[in-house]
Amino acid sequence: MTAAASAAAGVLALALLPFALSAFHVGVATEILIFALLAMSIDVLAGFAGRTPLCHGAIFGTSTYVVILSAHAIPLPLAMLAGIGAAGLLALLFGVIAVRTSGVYFLLLTLALGLIVWGVCLRWTAVTGGENGVRGDLRQGWLADARALYWLVLAAGTVLAAAMWRLVRSPFGLTLRGIKDSPTRMQALGHDVARHLLLAFVASGLFAGAAGALYALYNDFVSPTTVALPQSVEGLLMAIAGGVGTLFGALAGAALLIGLELFVSAWTERWPTVLGLTAILLMIVAPEGLVGKAGAIMGSRRSTGGIR
Amino acid sequence: MPAAALALHGVSVRFGALRAVDGVSLTLEEGERRAVIGPNGAGKTTLFNAISGAILPSEGRVEIGGRDATRASPQERARRGVGRTFQITNLFPELTVAENMRLALRGRGAAKWFFWRADTLDAHGREAVAAALASARMEGRDAARVRDLSYGEQRQLELAMALVQRPRLLLLDEPAAGLSPVERGLVAAIVRALPRDLSMVLIEHDMDLALGLVDRVTVMHEGRVLVEAAPAEIRGDARVQEVYLGTPHRVLAAAC
Repeated sequence: MTAAASAAAGVLALALLPFALSAFHVGVATEILIFALLAMSIDVLAGFAGRTPLCHGAIFGTSTYVVILSAHAIPLPLAMLAGIGAAGLLALLFGVIAVRTSGVYFLLLTLALGLIVWGVCLRWTAVTGGENGVRGDLRQGWLADARALYWLVLAAGTVLAAAMWRLVRSPFGLTLRGIKDSPTRMQALGHDVARHLLLAFVASGLFAGAAGALYALYNDFVSPTTVALPQSVEGLLMAIAGGVGTLFGALAGAALLIGLELFVSAWTERWPTVLGLTAILLMIVAPEGLVGKAGAIMGSRRSTGGIR
Repeated sequence: MPAAALALHGVSVRFGALRAVDGVSLTLEEGERRAVIGPNGAGKTTLFNAISGAILPSEGRVEIGGRDATRASPQERARRGVGRTFQITNLFPELTVAENMRLALRGRGAAKWFFWRADTLDAHGREAVAAALASARMEGRDAARVRDLSYGEQRQLELAMALVQRPRLLLLDEPAAGLSPVERGLVAAIVRALPRDLSMVLIEHDMDLALGLVDRVTVMHEGRVLVEAAPAEIRGDARVQEVYLGTPHRVLAAAC
Protein backbone atom coordinates (compact mmCIF):
# COMPACT_ATOMS: atom_id res chain seq x y z
CA MET A 1 0.00 0.00 0.00
CA THR A 2 2.71 2.49 -0.92
CA ALA A 3 0.19 4.67 -2.77
CA ALA A 4 -2.01 4.95 0.33
CA ALA A 5 1.07 5.62 2.47
CA SER A 6 2.31 8.42 0.24
CA ALA A 7 -1.19 9.91 0.04
CA ALA A 8 -1.37 9.87 3.85
CA ALA A 9 2.07 11.50 4.03
CA GLY A 10 0.93 14.16 1.56
CA VAL A 11 -2.21 14.96 3.57
CA LEU A 12 -0.15 15.10 6.78
CA ALA A 13 2.32 17.51 5.18
CA LEU A 14 -0.58 19.68 4.01
CA ALA A 15 -2.12 19.55 7.49
CA LEU A 16 1.14 20.83 9.01
CA LEU A 17 1.52 23.59 6.42
CA PRO A 18 -0.38 26.33 8.35
CA PHE A 19 2.22 26.24 11.12
CA ALA A 20 4.81 27.48 8.64
CA LEU A 21 2.69 30.16 6.99
CA SER A 22 1.25 33.56 7.85
CA ALA A 23 -2.53 33.89 8.13
CA PHE A 24 -2.56 35.53 4.69
CA HIS A 25 -0.69 32.66 3.07
CA VAL A 26 -2.90 30.13 4.84
CA GLY A 27 -5.76 31.83 2.98
CA VAL A 28 -3.90 31.41 -0.30
CA ALA A 29 -3.30 27.73 0.48
CA THR A 30 -7.04 27.34 1.22
CA GLU A 31 -7.87 28.83 -2.16
CA ILE A 32 -5.40 26.47 -3.83
CA LEU A 33 -7.10 23.45 -2.20
CA ILE A 34 -10.55 24.63 -3.30
CA PHE A 35 -9.50 25.23 -6.89
CA ALA A 36 -7.61 21.95 -6.96
CA LEU A 37 -10.96 20.28 -6.22
CA LEU A 38 -12.60 22.19 -9.07
CA ALA A 39 -9.76 21.20 -11.41
CA MET A 40 -10.05 17.54 -10.30
CA SER A 41 -13.77 17.55 -11.01
CA ILE A 42 -12.96 18.85 -14.50
CA ASP A 43 -10.28 16.18 -14.91
CA VAL A 44 -12.86 13.44 -14.22
CA LEU A 45 -14.49 14.46 -17.51
CA ALA A 46 -11.52 15.80 -19.49
CA GLY A 47 -8.93 13.23 -18.50
CA PHE A 48 -10.99 10.08 -18.11
CA ALA A 49 -14.09 10.48 -20.28
CA GLY A 50 -12.33 12.48 -23.00
CA ARG A 51 -14.92 15.29 -22.80
CA THR A 52 -13.47 18.72 -22.01
CA PRO A 53 -16.06 20.93 -20.29
CA LEU A 54 -16.05 24.72 -20.17
CA CYS A 55 -19.02 25.10 -17.82
CA HIS A 56 -17.59 23.93 -14.52
CA GLY A 57 -16.92 27.45 -13.30
CA ALA A 58 -20.65 28.10 -13.70
CA ILE A 59 -21.57 24.91 -11.82
CA PHE A 60 -19.05 25.73 -9.09
CA GLY A 61 -20.30 29.32 -8.81
CA THR A 62 -23.96 28.32 -8.81
CA SER A 63 -23.24 26.32 -5.68
CA THR A 64 -21.48 29.35 -4.17
CA TYR A 65 -24.50 31.56 -4.90
CA VAL A 66 -26.96 29.05 -3.45
CA VAL A 67 -24.90 28.59 -0.26
CA ILE A 68 -24.51 32.31 0.38
CA LEU A 69 -28.14 33.13 -0.45
CA SER A 70 -29.74 30.24 1.43
CA ALA A 71 -27.50 30.58 4.50
CA HIS A 72 -29.53 33.65 5.39
CA ALA A 73 -32.54 31.36 5.91
CA ILE A 74 -31.24 27.90 6.85
CA PRO A 75 -28.33 26.50 8.90
CA LEU A 76 -24.97 26.57 7.16
CA PRO A 77 -24.49 22.79 6.74
CA LEU A 78 -27.91 22.58 5.06
CA ALA A 79 -27.07 25.58 2.90
CA MET A 80 -23.91 23.81 1.73
CA LEU A 81 -25.88 20.67 0.91
CA ALA A 82 -28.37 22.83 -0.98
CA GLY A 83 -25.49 24.35 -2.97
CA ILE A 84 -24.12 20.92 -3.88
CA GLY A 85 -27.62 19.75 -4.79
CA ALA A 86 -28.17 22.78 -7.01
CA ALA A 87 -24.84 22.10 -8.73
CA GLY A 88 -25.88 18.48 -9.29
CA LEU A 89 -29.22 19.50 -10.81
CA LEU A 90 -27.54 22.05 -13.06
CA ALA A 91 -25.01 19.40 -14.14
CA LEU A 92 -27.88 16.99 -14.86
CA LEU A 93 -29.53 19.60 -17.08
CA PHE A 94 -26.24 20.47 -18.84
CA GLY A 95 -25.38 16.80 -19.18
CA VAL A 96 -28.68 15.88 -20.83
CA ILE A 97 -27.96 18.53 -23.44
CA ALA A 98 -24.22 17.93 -23.90
CA VAL A 99 -23.37 14.23 -23.54
CA ARG A 100 -24.35 13.23 -27.05
CA THR A 101 -21.68 15.52 -28.45
CA SER A 102 -17.92 15.23 -28.28
CA GLY A 103 -14.78 17.12 -29.20
CA VAL A 104 -15.11 20.75 -30.11
CA TYR A 105 -18.93 20.58 -30.07
CA PHE A 106 -18.93 19.46 -26.46
CA LEU A 107 -16.49 22.26 -25.64
CA LEU A 108 -18.64 24.93 -27.31
CA LEU A 109 -21.93 23.63 -26.00
CA THR A 110 -20.71 23.57 -22.40
CA LEU A 111 -19.19 27.02 -22.91
CA ALA A 112 -22.57 28.34 -24.09
CA LEU A 113 -24.40 26.73 -21.16
CA GLY A 114 -21.96 28.32 -18.74
CA LEU A 115 -22.49 31.71 -20.36
CA ILE A 116 -26.24 31.42 -19.78
CA VAL A 117 -25.64 30.96 -16.05
CA TRP A 118 -23.35 33.97 -16.03
CA GLY A 119 -25.95 36.05 -17.86
CA VAL A 120 -28.66 35.05 -15.37
CA CYS A 121 -26.48 35.93 -12.38
CA LEU A 122 -25.59 39.27 -13.93
CA ARG A 123 -29.15 40.31 -14.84
CA TRP A 124 -31.30 38.79 -12.10
CA THR A 125 -30.40 41.63 -9.78
CA ALA A 126 -33.33 41.14 -7.38
CA VAL A 127 -31.78 37.86 -6.22
CA THR A 128 -28.11 37.94 -7.18
CA GLY A 129 -27.45 41.63 -6.68
CA GLY A 130 -26.22 41.81 -10.27
CA GLU A 131 -22.69 43.09 -10.70
CA ASN A 132 -22.47 44.04 -7.02
CA GLY A 133 -22.81 40.44 -5.96
CA VAL A 134 -23.95 39.16 -2.58
CA ARG A 135 -22.08 39.35 0.65
CA GLY A 136 -22.44 36.39 3.00
CA ASP A 137 -22.28 36.13 6.74
CA LEU A 138 -20.74 32.67 6.97
CA ARG A 139 -17.38 33.20 8.63
CA GLN A 140 -18.65 33.21 12.19
CA GLY A 141 -17.25 31.68 15.35
CA TRP A 142 -14.39 29.27 14.77
CA LEU A 143 -14.73 29.61 10.98
CA ALA A 144 -13.40 33.16 11.25
CA ASP A 145 -9.96 31.67 11.94
CA ALA A 146 -7.98 31.19 8.72
CA ARG A 147 -6.21 28.06 9.97
CA ALA A 148 -9.44 26.41 11.18
CA LEU A 149 -11.02 27.03 7.79
CA TYR A 150 -7.95 25.62 6.06
CA TRP A 151 -8.16 22.40 8.05
CA LEU A 152 -11.87 22.13 7.38
CA VAL A 153 -11.26 22.53 3.63
CA LEU A 154 -8.36 20.08 3.79
CA ALA A 155 -10.49 17.47 5.57
CA ALA A 156 -13.40 17.87 3.18
CA GLY A 157 -11.03 18.00 0.20
CA THR A 158 -9.30 14.78 1.27
CA VAL A 159 -12.62 12.96 1.41
CA LEU A 160 -13.73 14.42 -1.94
CA ALA A 161 -10.41 13.69 -3.66
CA ALA A 162 -10.47 10.12 -2.33
CA ALA A 163 -14.01 9.72 -3.67
CA MET A 164 -12.94 10.98 -7.11
CA TRP A 165 -9.92 8.68 -7.05
CA ARG A 166 -12.21 5.77 -6.21
CA LEU A 167 -14.54 6.77 -9.05
CA VAL A 168 -11.90 6.94 -11.78
CA ARG A 169 -10.33 3.66 -10.68
CA SER A 170 -13.59 1.74 -10.43
CA PRO A 171 -15.28 -0.37 -13.12
CA PHE A 172 -17.26 2.81 -13.86
CA GLY A 173 -14.01 4.72 -14.38
CA LEU A 174 -12.64 2.06 -16.72
CA THR A 175 -15.86 2.34 -18.74
CA LEU A 176 -15.25 6.09 -19.02
CA ARG A 177 -11.72 5.48 -20.31
CA GLY A 178 -13.13 3.03 -22.83
CA ILE A 179 -15.61 5.68 -23.99
CA LYS A 180 -12.73 8.13 -24.34
CA ASP A 181 -10.84 5.67 -26.55
CA SER A 182 -13.69 4.37 -28.73
CA PRO A 183 -17.36 5.13 -28.09
CA THR A 184 -18.55 3.07 -31.08
CA ARG A 185 -16.76 -0.01 -29.84
CA MET A 186 -18.21 0.51 -26.39
CA GLN A 187 -21.69 0.43 -27.91
CA ALA A 188 -20.93 -2.73 -29.82
CA LEU A 189 -19.86 -4.29 -26.52
CA GLY A 190 -23.25 -3.45 -24.99
CA HIS A 191 -22.32 -0.30 -23.05
CA ASP A 192 -24.75 2.60 -22.80
CA VAL A 193 -22.37 5.42 -23.67
CA ALA A 194 -24.75 8.38 -23.30
CA ARG A 195 -26.07 7.28 -19.91
CA HIS A 196 -22.56 6.64 -18.65
CA LEU A 197 -21.41 10.08 -19.71
CA LEU A 198 -24.47 11.66 -18.12
CA LEU A 199 -23.74 10.00 -14.77
CA ALA A 200 -20.10 11.05 -15.02
CA PHE A 201 -21.18 14.59 -15.82
CA VAL A 202 -23.48 14.71 -12.78
CA ALA A 203 -20.80 13.21 -10.52
CA SER A 204 -18.28 15.73 -11.79
CA GLY A 205 -20.82 18.53 -11.25
CA LEU A 206 -21.46 17.41 -7.67
CA PHE A 207 -17.73 17.55 -6.96
CA ALA A 208 -17.46 20.99 -8.58
CA GLY A 209 -20.46 22.03 -6.47
CA ALA A 210 -18.76 20.82 -3.30
CA ALA A 211 -15.72 22.92 -4.22
CA GLY A 212 -18.06 25.88 -4.83
CA ALA A 213 -19.70 25.41 -1.42
CA LEU A 214 -16.27 25.47 0.24
CA TYR A 215 -15.47 28.57 -1.79
CA ALA A 216 -18.56 30.23 -0.30
CA LEU A 217 -17.07 29.65 3.17
CA TYR A 218 -13.69 30.93 2.10
CA ASN A 219 -14.75 34.00 0.14
CA ASP A 220 -17.98 34.89 1.95
CA PHE A 221 -18.92 36.87 -1.16
CA VAL A 222 -20.12 35.93 -4.61
CA SER A 223 -20.53 37.91 -7.82
CA PRO A 224 -20.93 37.03 -11.51
CA THR A 225 -17.11 36.72 -11.76
CA THR A 226 -17.41 33.46 -9.81
CA VAL A 227 -19.61 31.88 -12.50
CA ALA A 228 -17.92 33.56 -15.46
CA LEU A 229 -16.05 31.85 -18.27
CA PRO A 230 -12.53 32.73 -16.99
CA GLN A 231 -13.34 30.65 -13.90
CA SER A 232 -14.06 27.60 -16.09
CA VAL A 233 -10.96 28.27 -18.17
CA GLU A 234 -8.71 28.64 -15.14
CA GLY A 235 -10.03 25.41 -13.65
CA LEU A 236 -9.34 23.64 -16.93
CA LEU A 237 -5.88 25.22 -17.20
CA MET A 238 -5.06 23.99 -13.68
CA ALA A 239 -6.09 20.47 -14.65
CA ILE A 240 -3.99 20.69 -17.83
CA ALA A 241 -1.02 22.29 -16.04
CA GLY A 242 -1.05 19.51 -13.46
CA GLY A 243 -1.61 16.79 -16.02
CA VAL A 244 -4.89 15.75 -17.57
CA GLY A 245 -5.79 12.22 -16.55
CA THR A 246 -3.61 12.28 -13.43
CA LEU A 247 -6.40 13.56 -11.12
CA PHE A 248 -4.11 14.67 -8.27
CA GLY A 249 -1.99 16.66 -10.69
CA ALA A 250 -4.73 19.26 -10.35
CA LEU A 251 -3.27 20.21 -6.95
CA ALA A 252 0.09 21.00 -8.55
CA GLY A 253 -1.67 22.91 -11.33
CA ALA A 254 -3.73 24.96 -8.87
CA ALA A 255 -0.66 25.68 -6.74
CA LEU A 256 1.31 26.76 -9.79
CA LEU A 257 -1.33 29.11 -11.22
CA ILE A 258 -2.54 30.65 -7.94
CA GLY A 259 1.00 30.92 -6.58
CA LEU A 260 2.17 32.51 -9.78
CA GLU A 261 -0.71 34.99 -9.80
CA LEU A 262 0.14 36.02 -6.25
CA PHE A 263 3.82 36.43 -7.08
CA VAL A 264 3.29 38.23 -10.38
CA SER A 265 0.67 40.63 -9.05
CA ALA A 266 3.29 42.10 -6.73
CA TRP A 267 5.20 43.28 -9.82
CA THR A 268 2.67 43.90 -12.56
CA GLU A 269 -1.04 44.08 -13.24
CA ARG A 270 -0.69 42.06 -16.43
CA TRP A 271 -1.62 38.72 -14.85
CA PRO A 272 -3.68 37.49 -17.84
CA THR A 273 -0.65 38.04 -20.11
CA VAL A 274 1.57 36.11 -17.73
CA LEU A 275 -1.05 33.35 -17.48
CA GLY A 276 -1.19 33.07 -21.27
CA LEU A 277 2.61 32.93 -21.57
CA THR A 278 2.75 30.33 -18.80
CA ALA A 279 0.18 28.18 -20.59
CA ILE A 280 2.19 28.38 -23.83
CA LEU A 281 5.41 27.53 -22.02
CA LEU A 282 3.74 24.53 -20.36
CA MET A 283 2.41 23.28 -23.70
CA ILE A 284 5.97 23.40 -25.09
CA VAL A 285 8.01 21.93 -22.24
CA ALA A 286 5.45 19.74 -20.45
CA PRO A 287 2.36 19.14 -22.61
CA GLU A 288 1.46 16.21 -20.36
CA GLY A 289 1.41 18.54 -17.32
CA LEU A 290 3.64 18.83 -14.27
CA VAL A 291 2.68 15.51 -12.71
CA GLY A 292 2.51 13.78 -16.09
CA LYS A 293 5.99 15.08 -16.89
CA ALA A 294 7.37 14.01 -13.51
CA GLY A 295 5.89 10.56 -14.02
CA ALA A 296 7.40 10.32 -17.52
CA ILE A 297 10.81 11.31 -16.18
CA MET A 298 10.61 8.65 -13.50
CA GLY A 299 9.57 6.18 -16.18
CA SER A 300 6.44 5.07 -14.40
CA ARG A 301 3.81 7.06 -16.22
CA ARG A 302 0.33 5.81 -15.40
CA SER A 303 -1.66 8.72 -16.79
CA THR A 304 -4.05 8.11 -19.65
CA GLY A 305 -2.50 10.54 -22.08
CA GLY A 306 -3.14 14.08 -23.18
CA ILE A 307 -6.25 16.02 -23.92
CA ARG A 308 -8.14 15.37 -27.13
CA MET B 1 -38.35 -26.30 -35.25
CA PRO B 2 -36.06 -24.02 -33.20
CA ALA B 3 -35.87 -20.37 -34.18
CA ALA B 4 -33.14 -19.45 -36.60
CA ALA B 5 -30.12 -17.72 -35.05
CA LEU B 6 -30.46 -14.99 -37.62
CA ALA B 7 -33.00 -14.30 -40.35
CA LEU B 8 -32.90 -11.47 -42.87
CA HIS B 9 -36.02 -10.73 -44.91
CA GLY B 10 -35.48 -8.52 -47.95
CA VAL B 11 -32.98 -6.24 -46.23
CA SER B 12 -31.90 -3.19 -48.23
CA VAL B 13 -29.57 -0.37 -47.25
CA ARG B 14 -29.51 2.72 -49.41
CA PHE B 15 -27.00 5.55 -49.25
CA GLY B 16 -28.67 8.21 -51.37
CA ALA B 17 -29.11 6.67 -54.79
CA LEU B 18 -26.70 3.80 -54.08
CA ARG B 19 -28.22 0.50 -53.02
CA ALA B 20 -25.27 -0.88 -51.04
CA VAL B 21 -27.41 -3.85 -49.96
CA ASP B 22 -30.35 -4.72 -52.16
CA GLY B 23 -33.07 -7.07 -50.96
CA VAL B 24 -30.93 -9.65 -49.16
CA SER B 25 -32.68 -12.57 -47.47
CA LEU B 26 -30.89 -15.31 -45.62
CA THR B 27 -31.49 -17.68 -42.74
CA LEU B 28 -28.81 -18.89 -40.38
CA GLU B 29 -29.69 -21.99 -38.36
CA GLU B 30 -28.65 -22.33 -34.73
CA GLY B 31 -25.00 -23.40 -34.69
CA GLU B 32 -24.50 -22.78 -38.39
CA ARG B 33 -21.33 -21.19 -39.73
CA ARG B 34 -21.85 -19.01 -42.74
CA ALA B 35 -19.37 -17.12 -44.86
CA VAL B 36 -20.40 -14.04 -46.78
CA ILE B 37 -17.95 -13.50 -49.59
CA GLY B 38 -17.78 -11.27 -52.62
CA PRO B 39 -15.52 -8.78 -54.37
CA ASN B 40 -14.84 -5.31 -52.99
CA GLY B 41 -17.95 -3.16 -52.91
CA ALA B 42 -20.30 -6.14 -52.92
CA GLY B 43 -21.99 -4.82 -49.78
CA LYS B 44 -20.65 -7.36 -47.29
CA THR B 45 -19.65 -4.91 -44.59
CA THR B 46 -22.84 -2.87 -45.02
CA LEU B 47 -24.89 -6.04 -44.61
CA PHE B 48 -22.86 -6.80 -41.52
CA ASN B 49 -23.54 -3.38 -40.06
CA ALA B 50 -27.25 -3.90 -40.65
CA ILE B 51 -27.05 -7.18 -38.72
CA SER B 52 -25.07 -5.71 -35.82
CA GLY B 53 -27.19 -2.54 -35.67
CA ALA B 54 -24.45 -0.08 -36.60
CA ILE B 55 -26.74 1.11 -39.41
CA LEU B 56 -30.47 0.61 -39.79
CA PRO B 57 -31.82 -0.97 -42.98
CA SER B 58 -33.89 1.19 -45.30
CA GLU B 59 -36.19 -1.76 -45.99
CA GLY B 60 -36.69 -5.30 -44.77
CA ARG B 61 -36.58 -7.07 -41.42
CA VAL B 62 -33.83 -8.45 -39.21
CA GLU B 63 -34.65 -11.22 -36.73
CA ILE B 64 -32.20 -12.40 -34.11
CA GLY B 65 -33.02 -15.61 -32.27
CA GLY B 66 -36.55 -15.49 -33.69
CA ARG B 67 -37.29 -11.99 -32.38
CA ASP B 68 -37.51 -8.86 -34.46
CA ALA B 69 -34.41 -6.68 -34.07
CA THR B 70 -34.72 -4.42 -37.10
CA ARG B 71 -34.71 -1.22 -35.04
CA ALA B 72 -32.68 -2.43 -32.05
CA SER B 73 -29.58 -0.42 -31.15
CA PRO B 74 -26.12 -2.05 -31.23
CA GLN B 75 -25.96 -2.31 -27.44
CA GLU B 76 -29.42 -3.90 -27.35
CA ARG B 77 -28.30 -6.50 -29.89
CA ALA B 78 -25.11 -7.06 -27.93
CA ARG B 79 -27.24 -7.79 -24.87
CA ARG B 80 -29.27 -10.25 -26.94
CA GLY B 81 -26.11 -12.21 -27.66
CA VAL B 82 -24.66 -10.68 -30.81
CA GLY B 83 -20.88 -10.33 -30.66
CA ARG B 84 -18.80 -8.83 -33.42
CA THR B 85 -15.29 -8.05 -34.47
CA PHE B 86 -14.38 -5.14 -36.70
CA GLN B 87 -12.63 -5.18 -40.06
CA ILE B 88 -10.55 -2.18 -39.12
CA THR B 89 -9.17 -3.03 -35.72
CA ASN B 90 -11.31 -1.15 -33.24
CA LEU B 91 -9.86 -1.72 -29.80
CA PHE B 92 -9.01 0.59 -26.93
CA PRO B 93 -5.40 1.39 -27.83
CA GLU B 94 -4.51 3.31 -24.65
CA LEU B 95 -5.73 0.51 -22.38
CA THR B 96 -4.10 -2.81 -21.55
CA VAL B 97 -5.22 -6.21 -22.83
CA ALA B 98 -6.72 -6.98 -19.41
CA GLU B 99 -8.63 -3.67 -19.38
CA ASN B 100 -9.96 -4.30 -22.90
CA MET B 101 -11.15 -7.71 -21.75
CA ARG B 102 -12.82 -6.24 -18.66
CA LEU B 103 -14.72 -3.74 -20.80
CA ALA B 104 -15.87 -6.56 -23.06
CA LEU B 105 -16.86 -8.79 -20.16
CA ARG B 106 -18.87 -6.08 -18.42
CA GLY B 107 -20.65 -4.87 -21.54
CA ARG B 108 -23.65 -7.09 -20.90
CA GLY B 109 -23.65 -6.98 -17.09
CA ALA B 110 -24.31 -4.49 -14.33
CA ALA B 111 -20.75 -4.28 -13.00
CA LYS B 112 -19.86 -1.47 -15.40
CA TRP B 113 -21.92 0.89 -13.21
CA PHE B 114 -20.00 0.13 -9.99
CA PHE B 115 -18.19 3.31 -9.04
CA TRP B 116 -17.59 2.55 -5.38
CA ARG B 117 -15.19 -0.34 -5.59
CA ALA B 118 -11.86 -1.26 -7.10
CA ASP B 119 -11.62 -2.16 -10.76
CA THR B 120 -11.06 -5.90 -10.34
CA LEU B 121 -12.85 -9.10 -11.36
CA ASP B 122 -14.31 -11.84 -9.20
CA ALA B 123 -13.21 -15.45 -9.65
CA HIS B 124 -15.89 -16.09 -12.29
CA GLY B 125 -14.81 -13.08 -14.32
CA ARG B 126 -11.13 -13.96 -14.11
CA GLU B 127 -11.92 -17.46 -15.30
CA ALA B 128 -14.02 -16.21 -18.23
CA VAL B 129 -11.30 -13.78 -19.31
CA ALA B 130 -8.59 -16.43 -19.03
CA ALA B 131 -10.66 -18.89 -21.07
CA ALA B 132 -11.39 -16.35 -23.82
CA LEU B 133 -7.75 -15.28 -24.00
CA ALA B 134 -6.72 -18.93 -24.20
CA SER B 135 -9.20 -19.58 -27.04
CA ALA B 136 -7.64 -16.71 -28.95
CA ARG B 137 -4.12 -17.89 -28.00
CA MET B 138 -3.40 -14.68 -26.14
CA GLU B 139 -2.33 -16.14 -22.79
CA GLY B 140 0.09 -14.14 -20.68
CA ARG B 141 -0.37 -10.83 -22.51
CA ASP B 142 -2.71 -9.23 -19.92
CA ALA B 143 -0.46 -6.34 -18.97
CA ALA B 144 0.51 -5.27 -22.51
CA ARG B 145 -0.85 -1.96 -23.76
CA VAL B 146 -2.93 -2.61 -26.88
CA ARG B 147 -1.09 -0.08 -29.02
CA ASP B 148 2.11 -2.03 -28.36
CA LEU B 149 0.64 -5.29 -29.68
CA SER B 150 1.45 -6.58 -33.16
CA TYR B 151 -1.34 -6.32 -35.70
CA GLY B 152 -1.91 -10.06 -35.55
CA GLU B 153 -2.20 -9.97 -31.78
CA GLN B 154 -4.71 -7.14 -32.05
CA ARG B 155 -6.86 -9.31 -34.32
CA GLN B 156 -6.61 -12.14 -31.79
CA LEU B 157 -7.63 -9.76 -29.00
CA GLU B 158 -10.65 -8.71 -31.11
CA LEU B 159 -11.70 -12.34 -31.14
CA ALA B 160 -11.06 -12.83 -27.44
CA MET B 161 -13.20 -9.78 -26.63
CA ALA B 162 -16.05 -11.08 -28.75
CA LEU B 163 -15.77 -14.53 -27.13
CA VAL B 164 -15.68 -13.36 -23.51
CA GLN B 165 -19.17 -11.95 -24.02
CA ARG B 166 -20.38 -15.53 -24.64
CA PRO B 167 -22.25 -14.53 -27.78
CA ARG B 168 -24.86 -16.79 -29.34
CA LEU B 169 -24.26 -15.21 -32.73
CA LEU B 170 -20.74 -14.15 -33.61
CA LEU B 171 -20.08 -11.76 -36.49
CA LEU B 172 -16.51 -11.83 -37.76
CA ASP B 173 -15.61 -9.03 -40.16
CA GLU B 174 -12.52 -10.14 -42.09
CA PRO B 175 -10.74 -11.56 -39.05
CA ALA B 176 -7.63 -12.31 -41.10
CA ALA B 177 -7.43 -9.06 -43.09
CA GLY B 178 -3.92 -7.71 -43.40
CA LEU B 179 -2.25 -10.69 -41.76
CA SER B 180 0.74 -12.74 -42.91
CA PRO B 181 0.08 -16.31 -44.16
CA VAL B 182 1.30 -17.75 -40.85
CA GLU B 183 -0.97 -15.43 -38.85
CA ARG B 184 -3.90 -16.25 -41.14
CA GLY B 185 -3.39 -19.92 -40.39
CA LEU B 186 -3.45 -19.13 -36.68
CA VAL B 187 -6.69 -17.16 -36.97
CA ALA B 188 -8.25 -19.98 -39.02
CA ALA B 189 -7.24 -22.49 -36.34
CA ILE B 190 -8.71 -20.26 -33.62
CA VAL B 191 -12.02 -19.90 -35.48
CA ARG B 192 -12.17 -23.63 -36.25
CA ALA B 193 -11.70 -24.45 -32.55
CA LEU B 194 -14.63 -22.28 -31.38
CA PRO B 195 -17.56 -24.11 -29.77
CA ARG B 196 -19.85 -25.73 -32.34
CA ASP B 197 -23.07 -24.39 -30.80
CA LEU B 198 -21.96 -20.85 -31.60
CA SER B 199 -23.68 -19.50 -34.72
CA MET B 200 -21.34 -17.48 -36.86
CA VAL B 201 -21.32 -15.16 -39.84
CA LEU B 202 -17.89 -14.60 -41.33
CA ILE B 203 -17.03 -11.98 -43.91
CA GLU B 204 -13.85 -12.84 -45.70
CA HIS B 205 -12.09 -11.62 -48.76
CA ASP B 206 -9.86 -14.66 -48.99
CA MET B 207 -12.05 -17.39 -50.47
CA ASP B 208 -9.74 -20.27 -49.58
CA LEU B 209 -9.65 -19.27 -45.94
CA ALA B 210 -13.40 -18.72 -45.76
CA LEU B 211 -14.43 -21.93 -47.51
CA GLY B 212 -12.40 -24.04 -45.08
CA LEU B 213 -14.20 -22.68 -42.03
CA VAL B 214 -17.92 -22.71 -42.78
CA ASP B 215 -20.95 -24.90 -43.47
CA ARG B 216 -22.51 -22.66 -46.11
CA VAL B 217 -21.48 -19.73 -48.23
CA THR B 218 -23.41 -16.69 -49.43
CA VAL B 219 -21.80 -14.93 -52.37
CA MET B 220 -22.71 -11.26 -52.74
CA HIS B 221 -22.30 -9.12 -55.81
CA GLU B 222 -23.39 -5.51 -56.23
CA GLY B 223 -25.52 -5.62 -53.09
CA ARG B 224 -27.44 -8.80 -54.03
CA VAL B 225 -27.11 -12.44 -53.13
CA LEU B 226 -25.58 -14.12 -56.17
CA VAL B 227 -25.35 -17.70 -54.92
CA GLU B 228 -25.97 -19.54 -51.67
CA ALA B 229 -24.46 -23.01 -51.47
CA ALA B 230 -22.10 -25.40 -49.67
CA PRO B 231 -18.38 -24.56 -49.91
CA ALA B 232 -17.66 -27.44 -52.31
CA GLU B 233 -20.19 -26.16 -54.84
CA ILE B 234 -18.95 -22.59 -54.59
CA ARG B 235 -15.48 -23.39 -55.91
CA GLY B 236 -16.84 -24.78 -59.14
CA ASP B 237 -19.57 -22.21 -59.68
CA ALA B 238 -19.12 -20.32 -62.93
CA ARG B 239 -20.93 -17.19 -61.72
CA VAL B 240 -18.72 -16.95 -58.65
CA GLN B 241 -15.60 -17.28 -60.75
CA GLU B 242 -16.87 -14.57 -63.03
CA VAL B 243 -17.48 -11.99 -60.29
CA TYR B 244 -14.20 -12.81 -58.61
CA LEU B 245 -11.98 -13.12 -61.63
CA GLY B 246 -13.89 -11.38 -64.41
CA THR B 247 -14.15 -12.98 -67.84
CA PRO B 248 -11.04 -14.74 -69.20
CA HIS B 249 -10.34 -11.78 -71.42
CA ARG B 250 -10.25 -9.36 -68.48
CA VAL B 251 -8.01 -11.70 -66.51
CA LEU B 252 -5.45 -11.51 -69.30
CA ALA B 253 -5.73 -7.75 -69.41
CA ALA B 254 -5.17 -7.54 -65.66
CA ALA B 255 -2.12 -9.77 -65.86
CA CYS B 256 -0.38 -7.56 -68.43
